[in-house]
Amino acid sequence: MIFQSMGKNSLLLALFALITALILASTDRVTEDRIAESERLAAQKALFEIVPLALHNNDLLVDLQPIPEQYWLALGLDNGGDVHIARLDDQPVAAIVPSITTDGYSGDIAMIVGINFDGTVAGVRVVDHKETPGLGDKVELRKSDWILSFNGKSLNNPEISKWNVKKDRGDFDQFTGATITPKAVIHQIAKTLEYFEKDRERLLSAINFSDNPSLGEQAYNE
Amino acid sequence: MSNVSISEVTKNGLWTNNPALVQLLGLCPLLAVTGTVVNALGLGLATMMVLIGSNVIVSLIRRHVGDAVRLPVFVIIIATFVTCAELLMKAYTYELYQILGIFIPLIVTNCAILGRAEAFASKQPVGMAALDGIMMGLGFLFVLLMLGGLRELLGQGTLFADMHLLFGPMANSWTIAPFGENYSFLIAVLPPGAFLVMGFLMAIKNAIDWQIKLRADAVKPDPVKGAKRIRTTGNIS
Repeated sequence: MIFQSMGKNSLLLALFALITALILASTDRVTEDRIAESERLAAQKALFEIVPLALHNNDLLVDLQPIPEQYWLALGLDNGGDVHIARLDDQPVAAIVPSITTDGYSGDIAMIVGINFDGTVAGVRVVDHKETPGLGDKVELRKSDWILSFNGKSLNNPEISKWNVKKDRGDFDQFTGATITPKAVIHQIAKTLEYFEKDRERLLSAINFSDNPSLGEQAYNE
Repeated sequence: MSNVSISEVTKNGLWTNNPALVQLLGLCPLLAVTGTVVNALGLGLATMMVLIGSNVIVSLIRRHVGDAVRLPVFVIIIATFVTCAELLMKAYTYELYQILGIFIPLIVTNCAILGRAEAFASKQPVGMAALDGIMMGLGFLFVLLMLGGLRELLGQGTLFADMHLLFGPMANSWTIAPFGENYSFLIAVLPPGAFLVMGFLMAIKNAIDWQIKLRADAVKPDPVKGAKRIRTTGNIS
């Protein structure tokens, strides 16, 4: 008797598991392409804000250069990352470097730093952070245009000692009630520029992998 | 329990037994994501969809599932609906999905949903179960919207900011900023603000209930003065 009911119940559960698994699989199948497209668009949106379409005509999303391991620490990348290269008619225009600072007020601040090949900042966007709403979140473009104050700056303009908040005799504004967040971002951008100086030649001469994937793989394996 | 009227179910979900204000179920997402109207609306709609779906299916299968496996089956059904909702949001409102993040999969653990499946849908015909899902969902959504609206207004001085995340480009101009651009009142945006606003909402609801009760009492005739009373102390055998 008890075995009968056990058998019946487990069959019932198995049946439900099977039906729901089928439903999930088909929903996944239906939405798969759409999700991939949304993710691509979201990633692209931030990149396009830094290097607008007028300034490049390659596919930014796939024109990637892996960052050599010795720079991971400075850029705060625990698992490595890729530099996006923007090209206009195959001439490299700018590089977009992912960079993370752990010096924020709460948690990591992840940003992407666009750098023109002449060493000036093309644009910076904070892509993920947990800073205090209303105070530290002015690093977001939709809250404040502070992040635009880096455009056109480079390692010598202002000189490296001036890459700080005004309170610490630097060149950049702090926020009312929040110094830690802007300071962390300023320092990380400076670090990213330093990385770019060191890796510039390699990035400049890098082959456009996206046009010829097999070539890229070959170069990477070497 | 088996004979409930439509008006009773409606009133229960929206007011008397409101899942958020009275049962205090699903408080975690309720408090965490109600910083703005658009977040509240996103989570509220997703929860409502899951609640209606799970109520209907649970009611449909209520005669075929024995007591021993009832709860696991309910949980499988709810989890399926939540995962579908998550995939759909990811596909069509990706940026909102990114903001709401972990709270979408966490709808599975919203006890309001399992609670309605167990206490109501598993004992009622499909139509009633669906209605209960709609009304409970609306009740939850309504509280989410009140919280979101109040916190957004008090905290950052705007209303309906970022509605384009849900409604597309046509909603870009919906933002209202009645206190000017630079207004902000930090505590309303932070978690303590969620508890404070929630507390005030509950107090207001209780005050309204109290007023209704007072009025109902006033209509009742006063007991006649000098009526005979019966002494009830001592042993009555």
